[in-house]
Amino acid sequence: MFEYCTDPDVLSTFEWFSCYLTNGKHLLFYKSFGLIILLLFITAPLAALLGLLAAVAIKSKFLLLRLFSKAYANIVRGIPDIIFFLFIPITIDQLIEFTRHKIKCPEIVDSVWQGSDFVVCGAAKLPLNSDPQWIHDIYGFLLAVFSFTIVYGAFAANTFYGAMNSVPQSQIETGKSFGMSRKQIYTSIIFPQMWRYALPGLSNLWMLLIKSTPLLFLLGIQDVVYWARELGGSKTSIFQYPHPDWRVWYFLSLLVFYLLLTKISELILNRISKKIYVPI
Amino acid sequence: MVCNATIEDYALRSIGIGEKLLPKSDITLCDQFVLIGSGVIWNLYFCIIALAFGFIFAILTAIIRFNKYRFLSKAIDIYVFIFRGSPLFIQFFCAYEIFVLLPKIGFDINLLFTTITVETSWLTKAWLGAVLVLFLNTTAYSSEIFYGALKSIPKHDIEAAEAFGLSTRRKYRKIIIPTMLRNSWSSYTNEAIFLFHATTLVFFSSFPAWRQSGDALYYASYFADKTFNPFVPYPIIAVYFISITLLIILIFKIINVYFTKHLPKERKMPIKLFTNMVR
Repeated sequence: MFEYCTDPDVLSTFEWFSCYLTNGKHLLFYKSFGLIILLLFITAPLAALLGLLAAVAIKSKFLLLRLFSKAYANIVRGIPDIIFFLFIPITIDQLIEFTRHKIKCPEIVDSVWQGSDFVVCGAAKLPLNSDPQWIHDIYGFLLAVFSFTIVYGAFAANTFYGAMNSVPQSQIETGKSFGMSRKQIYTSIIFPQMWRYALPGLSNLWMLLIKSTPLLFLLGIQDVVYWARELGGSKTSIFQYPHPDWRVWYFLSLLVFYLLLTKISELILNRISKKIYVPI
Repeated sequence: MVCNATIEDYALRSIGIGEKLLPKSDITLCDQFVLIGSGVIWNLYFCIIALAFGFIFAILTAIIRFNKYRFLSKAIDIYVFIFRGSPLFIQFFCAYEIFVLLPKIGFDINLLFTTITVETSWLTKAWLGAVLVLFLNTTAYSSEIFYGALKSIPKHDIEAAEAFGLSTRRKYRKIIIPTMLRNSWSSYTNEAIFLFHATTLVFFSSFPAWRQSGDALYYASYFADKTFNPFVPYPIIAVYFISITLLIILIFKIINVYFTKHLPKERKMPIKLFTNMVR
């Protein structure tokens, strides 16, 4: 980064650190913080949307839809989210590759599950082996977004369901007696009012989402935890910047990052909830 | 299906009793059920120990914060902020690295009848280190729950107790703590469930599974890796977790009935699940 960084062995402590903390790998480390923020801002609206749909489905008239959405909301919340983060990506991956295998290589009749292997033809692989690295990265990230959305959609469904039920029943009855249709009751009575009731639950959910982002690491994505382990591990003198095991400092800096993130979120959410009257 | 042989070999595998080697090929449904079930022992151990100690310390810290002892309450506020504001996953990593860096020494603790040697290297093992982190974590969350409940106790209840001339000790034992527990029981049930779910993080963060004795998720992902088929082990672990979650709810409901048996029906508070999410 700086001009004097060409030979780190002769630098003073301060200059050494200024070079060390701005080398290529550290810049990737700083970028991975952006990845976390990106994931948060993509997942939150998607999960809210899925939750809203599921909550409406729970209240729907069709038995099948009702049962399915209820099962979704309750099963996902009864199981640790980490199991879903391990289960959903591999499932989706196999599903897509299996379908592509059937379409692209119909001449292969062997089963894709051979003993303990999952074998599809080369053309059915997703992303293709020949694709550049960034496509692999984006594919992995999309799978992560998908898993987070499924899990937090279930939590959001529960929050929205409770909020919809908190809208005073008398107003809904008034709407009915005015001859409003179900759709009209939803769009002009329930939806505009439920946000006040849903806000505390949604704030909680946002905090929960923030605190589950390090699980990205388990999905094999090069996130903050990955880089903290990578950079912190002890480096012998073969490396340009040798140092002993500094992982504890890297993880402590992650701790501070998350504390800041939750504190700032809390301040903003408190401001919003002061503006909107939240009835309890 | 007869599982007797597998049960004999693997039912206690997670605590080191039974067959040394894990099944490598020809993995049957039986193997998966028994071995994942054996891993649940660890999850239950983490959950019960952390919850038991956390419950006591959460009540103590909540009372200290409620009474506003100047330095002590401030310190507890900071502790609660740190543990509630950061992901448990990162806490595990931090704690493990700190435990590894601790000097390897042993302390002799002289009990009346025997001496035990406590070694700091135990902290790098899951049975002590992970329990310590989970304990600190659940204490912080529960302390916040109980503190909120303490603040919402009606003033006149406490004043009435004082007017009757109850000593401080009796006031806490008979009035304040029971009311606090009653008001916060629903949130605390959720905390217990989330703690139980959080135990799956232990072997996935930093604590190594010693001699391949891990928790339920450790074995489930082992099978998913070996068979390349996630559709069997993950549903199995899901079944275990859902049933134990239901069991926790049942136990807490029974305790709730005991807490509220003297109240008129309209003041009994049913446990509302998942209204207050944490972690």
